Amino acid sequence: MAQVVIANRLRDGIVVFLGTNHTWVEQLQDCTPSESKEDGQRLMDISQEAADQQEIVDPNLIEVEKRGQTWHAIKMREEMRAKGPTVREDLGKQAGN
Amino acid sequence: MYQYDEYDQDFVEQRARQFSRQVERRISGELTEDQFKPLRLMNGLYLQLHAYMLRINVPYGCLSSAQMRKLGHVARLYDKSYGHLTTRQNMQLNWIRLTDMPQILLELASVEMHGIQSSGNCIRNITADEYAGVAADEVEDPRIYCEFLRQWSSLHPEFSFLPRKFKFAVTGSPNDRAAVKAHDIGLRLYRNDQGEVGFEVFVGGGLGRTPFIGKLIRDFLPTEHLLSYCEAILRVYNQLGRRDNKYKARIKVLVHETGEEAFRELVEKEWEAIRDGTLSLPEEDVALIRARFAPPKYEDLEDDTPSLESQRAENPGFNDWMDQQLAEHKQAGYTIVNISCTPIGKPPGDISSEQMESVADLAETYSFGEMRVTHNQNLVFTDVRKKDLFSLWQDLVKVELATPNHGLISDTICCPGLDYCALANARSIPLAEKISTAFADQERQKEIGEIYINMSGCINACGHHHVGNIGILGVDKKNTELYQLMLGGSAKEDASLGKILGPGFDEDGVVTAIEKLIDIYLDLRKDGETFLETHRRLGDGPFKERLYSAPS
Amino acid sequence: MARLRKDFTVPLLKNGKITEDAFTRVTGETDFPSTGALIVDLTSWQEHRSELLGRADPIGIELAAGESPSEIADDLGNLSLVALDFPAFSDGRAFSSARLLRERYHFKGEVRAVGDVLLEQLHFMSRVGFDSFVLDSEDPVQEWLIAQDDLNLWYQPTEDGRITVRQKRRG
Ligand code: SF4
Repeated sequence: MAQVVIANRLRDGIVVFLGTNHTWVEQLQDCTPSESKEDGQRLMDISQEAADQQEIVDPNLIEVEKRGQTWHAIKMREEMRAKGPTVREDLGKQAGN
Repeated sequence: MYQYDEYDQDFVEQRARQFSRQVERRISGELTEDQFKPLRLMNGLYLQLHAYMLRINVPYGCLSSAQMRKLGHVARLYDKSYGHLTTRQNMQLNWIRLTDMPQILLELASVEMHGIQSSGNCIRNITADEYAGVAADEVEDPRIYCEFLRQWSSLHPEFSFLPRKFKFAVTGSPNDRAAVKAHDIGLRLYRNDQGEVGFEVFVGGGLGRTPFIGKLIRDFLPTEHLLSYCEAILRVYNQLGRRDNKYKARIKVLVHETGEEAFRELVEKEWEAIRDGTLSLPEEDVALIRARFAPPKYEDLEDDTPSLESQRAENPGFNDWMDQQLAEHKQAGYTIVNISCTPIGKPPGDISSEQMESVADLAETYSFGEMRVTHNQNLVFTDVRKKDLFSLWQDLVKVELATPNHGLISDTICCPGLDYCALANARSIPLAEKISTAFADQERQKEIGEIYINMSGCINACGHHHVGNIGILGVDKKNTELYQLMLGGSAKEDASLGKILGPGFDEDGVVTAIEKLIDIYLDLRKDGETFLETHRRLGDGPFKERLYSAPS
Repeated sequence: MARLRKDFTVPLLKNGKITEDAFTRVTGETDFPSTGALIVDLTSWQEHRSELLGRADPIGIELAAGESPSEIADDLGNLSLVALDFPAFSDGRAFSSARLLRERYHFKGEVRAVGDVLLEQLHFMSRVGFDSFVLDSEDPVQEWLIAQDDLNLWYQPTEDGRITVRQKRRG
């Protein structure tokens, strides 16, 4: 199973994922989840640093899997965060806003 | 309605400036998230699933047109052009940026609004009867006392770090529309045999993980002692309430573990020491506040409004709406109008910026610029001339706020659930949408009659599921949503708690199950019985048996 | 945002000013220095009451969050100070204790906040009767001084002498 760090950006609260080169991206599809279990600590260390720099809050390592061409969070809750509310498909990441 | 004086205004502005400085210190890194979190919560700002959520207090549900217009504006400018009315008569905005908070708080302060104490372990926004001050069945206007409680509880120096949150509800009517027995303190104004007005005081009600109906700890509290008595209750709770376990920290557990009688003695003893002190409410102070709630300038009208008959006859939609949405006003020729924010197939309590602005305009035209937010997540116009009803209805139709479902099955109570809430186990809004869609037919709804379906996305019970005639609780079972049903709850003067009926259902299954329960009720009911009455007569038995045995 | 430390070193914010602390805190000890102002815990006080009363210098008691001021009500006349502990900033029991000390038992000595306290709580604390706070030596003292004036309007009557909104309205 692959993993990725999810967090909220401090300044606007928007859900972000840890991308490459210590960047934070808004779409799960734009980051490269790590397939290696051992990588977790390294990713969390990077995230903690970003939290200490007032970039993000509440970083968490979550499990994701590829279905077809797209990544999905395993847990309902995280999938909700990765997409947006199911009752407002015009809002959130699913709508590109 | 109450309007701030210079002191109230200054108070809210000082607090807004204080929080703005805290936001700056957070962004610059002077404050860590751990340090900042309690501060933002004390100002109503949560971090939810998708973004920050701001909970804005609507004191005891009273809202002016200017305030509603401002909410619409704030939602449009700083959020995604909609807000959510909550079961605590507040409004929540779901997509707030932290950096906008200083500006938002100033905007809100300009119309006497804020998020102070809408979260945190303190005394939360006081809720009240949504018809307060205008209901025909009212003994005395509870808003005057709500306002005293609001001021007394605002940044209370002693009670801002309680074991857990603390909720008040107040009614002035024998017909309880404020669910007073489901609150930490519930107050009911009434007139005793000597003709004096006082409160029945209920303590220790509440839902959540361990639901309790409030216990009557004082059957008559003269109004002048309201604040000192509440201070005594809070002081006992602040000292003795459990702090070792978050789930046992509400006052209901203290009352339960101490015992009703022993708890009463503790309170009475504390009260004896302070009852005649600076907290008593002398008549001249009450008169000052009462004057701020002076009724609007009602016209002298005949109660009989003949024009309505022909308008009803010619407009079936208007007729349905008239059947459902009105409540009796104390003033002849006027009526209370319920405005549904729970349209068929849509999220209960969501209202767009455009609708907020329209409603603000309509309240100015039809209701002296005043409205209420209800704990059923709807709105109320308090003072509508009966002769204006047809015209009001036409205007409401234009902005999709004329759903005639007040008190009917499609008018569900529903918390935000997993679509928004960080604590949720399951979604609740899609379920509400499916239920209202399944029962959209107006004739069928009327045939079913009065019934309350309440649903929550987790055990915290923001959707008041225990006191729904049918309650639905969402749980997470191995990463799939499962819904448990409970029957027989009531939030009214005959308050009762539902119990889980049996195995849970998936989302579609629960809609089918509710349809079956309704069929069972229609089959078993005696003349004129509501769902609750039939259930009270027969208990879970026949419902459970037929629901779970029926081939599906 | 500062944490108040329990070892009463420096600096002490008292009556709105940074002041030298005259007291030494001796808890869990039985060997008391013969001179100097002391703060002892409730158990020490109960066990060594007469010895402590025999000393010439000021004496104070520190109450833990669950300990009620009623337990020392009869001794307050002999005390110069009561320290109230906040095991966590969110544990607000000491707010009630402070009011009881001032308003029920009319204690006129120093009421000191110790433990885990947020700077943002300062204005609540002064209202319930605290008049001294021990700052962490790394605290930005200036911010504590500023925070005292964050808010200057009060709805609740306490016996701290501040005018409430209700009194202002009456003119
Ligand atoms: S009941 Fe649970 S899911 Fe629903 S709003 Fe409350 S905390 Fe969130």
